[in-house]
Amino acid sequence: MDGDAARSAPELLRLRGIRKEFPGVVALDGVDFTLRAGEIHSLMGENGAGKSTLIKVLTGVHQPEAGTIELQGRRIRPRSAHDAVALGISTVYQEVNLVPYLTVAENFVLGREPLRRGRIDWREANRRAAEALERLDVCVDPASTLGSHSLAVQQMVAIARALDQNARVLVLDEPTSSLDAREVESLFGVMRRLREEGLGILFVSHFLDQVFAVSDRFTVLRNGRLVGELPAAETTRLRLVSLMLGREVDEQSLSRRPDPAPGAPPMLEVRDLGRRGAVEGVTLEVRPGETVGLAGLLGSGRTEAARLLFGADRPDRGEVRLEGRRVRIRSPRHALRLRFGFCPEDRKSAGIVPSLSVRENIALALQARRGWLRRLSPKRQRELANRFIEALGIATPDAEKAVGTLSGGNQQKVILARWLASEPRFLILDEPTRGIDVGSKAEIERLMADLRRQGLGMLFISSELEEVVRACHRVCVLRDRRQVGSLEGAGVETGEILRTIAGGGDA
Amino acid sequence: MRRSLHPTVWTLLALVLLLAANLALTPGFFHVGVRDGRLYGSLIDVLNHSSPVLLAALGMTLVIATKGVDLSVGSVVAISGAVAALMVTKGQAPLAQVAMVAIGVGLALGAWNGLLVSVLGIQPMVATLVLMVSGRGIAQLLTDGQIITFQDPGLASVAGGSVWGMPNPVMVAAAGLALVAVLARWTAFGTMVEAVGDNERAALLSGVPVRWIKLGAYLVAGVGSAVAGLIVCSFTKAADANNAGLYLELDAILAVVAGGTAMTGGRFTLLGTVVGALILQTLTTTILTKGVPVQWTLVVKAVAVLLVCLLQSEEFRAKVLARRAAA
Amino acid sequence: MRMFRRSNLPVWATLAVFVLAVTGASLRYEHFFSFDVFLNLLRDNAFLGLAAIGVTFVIVSGGIDLSVGAMIGFVGVFCATLMQAGVPGWLAIALALAIGTLFGLGMGALIAWYSLPPFLVTLAGMFLLRGLALVISMEALRIDDPLFEALGHSKWVAPGLFVAVLLLGVYLANFRPFGRAVYAVGGNEQSALLMGLPVRRVKAQVYALSGFCSSLGGVVFAFYTLSGNANSGMTLELDAIAAAVIGGTLLTGGVGHLFGTLLGVLILGTIQTVISFEGTLSSWWTRIAVGLLLLAFIGLQKLFQAGKADTP
Repeated sequence: MDGDAARSAPELLRLRGIRKEFPGVVALDGVDFTLRAGEIHSLMGENGAGKSTLIKVLTGVHQPEAGTIELQGRRIRPRSAHDAVALGISTVYQEVNLVPYLTVAENFVLGREPLRRGRIDWREANRRAAEALERLDVCVDPASTLGSHSLAVQQMVAIARALDQNARVLVLDEPTSSLDAREVESLFGVMRRLREEGLGILFVSHFLDQVFAVSDRFTVLRNGRLVGELPAAETTRLRLVSLMLGREVDEQSLSRRPDPAPGAPPMLEVRDLGRRGAVEGVTLEVRPGETVGLAGLLGSGRTEAARLLFGADRPDRGEVRLEGRRVRIRSPRHALRLRFGFCPEDRKSAGIVPSLSVRENIALALQARRGWLRRLSPKRQRELANRFIEALGIATPDAEKAVGTLSGGNQQKVILARWLASEPRFLILDEPTRGIDVGSKAEIERLMADLRRQGLGMLFISSELEEVVRACHRVCVLRDRRQVGSLEGAGVETGEILRTIAGGGDA
Repeated sequence: MRRSLHPTVWTLLALVLLLAANLALTPGFFHVGVRDGRLYGSLIDVLNHSSPVLLAALGMTLVIATKGVDLSVGSVVAISGAVAALMVTKGQAPLAQVAMVAIGVGLALGAWNGLLVSVLGIQPMVATLVLMVSGRGIAQLLTDGQIITFQDPGLASVAGGSVWGMPNPVMVAAAGLALVAVLARWTAFGTMVEAVGDNERAALLSGVPVRWIKLGAYLVAGVGSAVAGLIVCSFTKAADANNAGLYLELDAILAVVAGGTAMTGGRFTLLGTVVGALILQTLTTTILTKGVPVQWTLVVKAVAVLLVCLLQSEEFRAKVLARRAAA
Repeated sequence: MRMFRRSNLPVWATLAVFVLAVTGASLRYEHFFSFDVFLNLLRDNAFLGLAAIGVTFVIVSGGIDLSVGAMIGFVGVFCATLMQAGVPGWLAIALALAIGTLFGLGMGALIAWYSLPPFLVTLAGMFLLRGLALVISMEALRIDDPLFEALGHSKWVAPGLFVAVLLLGVYLANFRPFGRAVYAVGGNEQSALLMGLPVRRVKAQVYALSGFCSSLGGVVFAFYTLSGNANSGMTLELDAIAAAVIGGTLLTGGVGHLFGTLLGVLILGTIQTVISFEGTLSSWWTRIAVGLLLLAFIGLQKLFQAGKADTP
């Protein structure tokens, strides 16, 4: 079935005006989404765009504040994942939601085991599982442990289970992230077959090639809003990437460029740094006062590269030279001693220490560098905290407030303050402006400009290309976990970055 | 979000209520007299007998704050008591030497637990279960299965003596509290413990030496339990490998949790732990002085554990609040 | 049988340890390898085995039950007191089992619906049962009910009950949806929830089952000793947990076999028997040996899990 036919197919699922708020954030703001029977529809967007929230609303994990969901014309209100499954909406996640210790057949029939004379009829269960998997061209022993199979097979088991429960809508949330090329191809084969059978498939993936290979239509979200619904056949990569990353035209900001980098010798040289399964071949140099951008879509290896540089993961190839001397960064503690800093992308789970105060959070890295015995006096901690609260404009009643109670933007500033307080010479900022309000974004950008002038070298990761262009002297572009380009000088420009990210000939 | 009261406030309130009830119901509960240059009275009793629990609970506070738990407290008490009793009966060792060796034993056992947890990455409950199971066997091995009684004046003075009228165990517990408080609040150790328990990933990425911090917490727990073991064996002038410190780990955990440190780790309060330990002992002493059979203490403690747990449960609070709002 | 097809290293290791222990013992002592010794092994450890069956279910579900030892003390005192008051033996047994099951259900309900830590709730349960037993009687009470005496003197009843409950447990674990749900909840609670399993109900039921098993253990212990003592079953919860872990049950939940637990109980029993055969070895070596075995099997589990992590 091609795109035109899909467009004329009956509407299976229709979401209208979905709104979902979390404390301090509007995750979805009046989003519409339509899925037809017999189509593969990709939901696109960067971090914080609202993709996962939309899926959770659809699958009953979250209840929306406003908006309606209709399944085949009937209003539905899924209250739990179980509800959604009963209605015919099944989801297969990247980290498969099955029980790895149980067998394939057990996972297949769990909760609805065939009984015979008061006991589970395992022969029947095994037969059913084998049959259902065979339809998906998977040949495994149904009595083998699920955990002993590859993730690809586990996903197939999850899909088979969903189909066996009469799914009409199948949500595949990043199913391909951990699959190799061959496994992806066979998954796509199954998806196309299910499309022929009239299923509606909602697909999420960060890999552009895959999305174009399999989708009939795209729905693009950005910052919780719908920015477009387009047929795949009429869409270029460049157009899709532009929609996802956004090009808010702001004359003033577009004209702003970073001050030229001083012509000092590089303090940090990275050659061909990589780690199997994470990212490959990252090569870059950073001079004092220079900011280097890492651009690429979510999942392109940006964060992985940052983690390698900070010692959070060990690289298995390549080398890092700091001021000409080769260093092996063993751990975040080691990186800290080398005066590196790292604001992680995942602010909640890896950044803030929520029940500690603003003061303690700001002092944490500096304290860690001094060691536990040489405690910063409360007076110095307070001075430090107050200095950064003022300098960064952290909105908090006082330095003793628990960080977990602050807004996202202020939490981000606290983490930034933590690293600035440790007096770094090289700072890695992974999505520092994600999920925070516009005012805070501008402040963080201004702060970065100040830091550049003070001679700090920075590595900057952001999904917002304008920010990258405004902040960076040099940009490394990553695609599919590999460095695919390096831009500098006049080449640092959104159009050029977009084209490099999109790759392929149709740009 | 409404900020809830500091959890220690509730514990303190409970202690005050308990004392007030005693003031009304138990004549002479607040009477403190001097006999042979030593203070006596129910209150002094409470302080005196709560000292082993308190010493164990101080380290337990740090361990729980790192999101861990130490089940081996009772076993460490038994081992350190056995070692001390052997040293004075077999070798007539002076008290200072006995104390040093006991503390050394505590450090070694704490290091064992800490290494299993921090280096091998075994769940704390499981890791400390090993020592909990085999520790009493080791203690029995040392004592050859006998209850070793002793008359050594040095070791006996640990429980029997007094300083400025205050029984020695109270002074030891106070010193332990002071030391742990200094470690926790005058160095950065306490903050790092809280950071590890509250968000281990963030602590690691901020350069906090997570493994060392965890190891340190188990070391403090080991030493605290070993000193508690000295006091316990000195109280009875005997080392009983089977019963010394039996269920002390549970009392210590209860003191910590009742004091307002959450089992989920993060923020801890040493003062709360002190109050928690005092509540436990006041309950016991009240039961004894009221002539209630001693066996009720276990029942009362059980109910206390459940109440504290329920008060800390979000689901329970949500339900109770919802009901109150509906009414 | 399905369960032997699964690759499960720890259980085989347990079997190897058991075979080694028995072989070693039979080479050293002439009369060790005999049916009578084996039957006695089962009889002497039936109460532990019964408790360990319940504990295995609880651990597989991802929880822990520390109250089983105290339950054995409580049930003994409870039955003895009832019978001294003239209650017939069968009624005392029925009441004890009912109370034990309800008590477990109560703890399970607190754990399931208020998300209280299992470790603390069952700890409170342990205090409560020990305390209540002591409140009923501080002294050991003699039991002279004819039914208890008859059952107690039989060398078949205790092993028979143990094996029967074990088989029932295997049926429940492997051939009833409830059993599969227990494994699913312990293996991945989030998944179990998303797959529509009644996670909370299953959790509550598991503790009720454990309450039933340990109260039955208490009844068997009362047959065996013909007395009720509030202090019996001291630290039995640790032996039950150790038996389960040595038998291959993962303390993190999701994996476990009742046959493994049986082996674990037999290994503990064999160690004890060997130590009693060996006049010179003292009983505390049992505890140390159990601790070392526990350590070894926890290490093995760690390796096993690390292997799992490599193949996602």
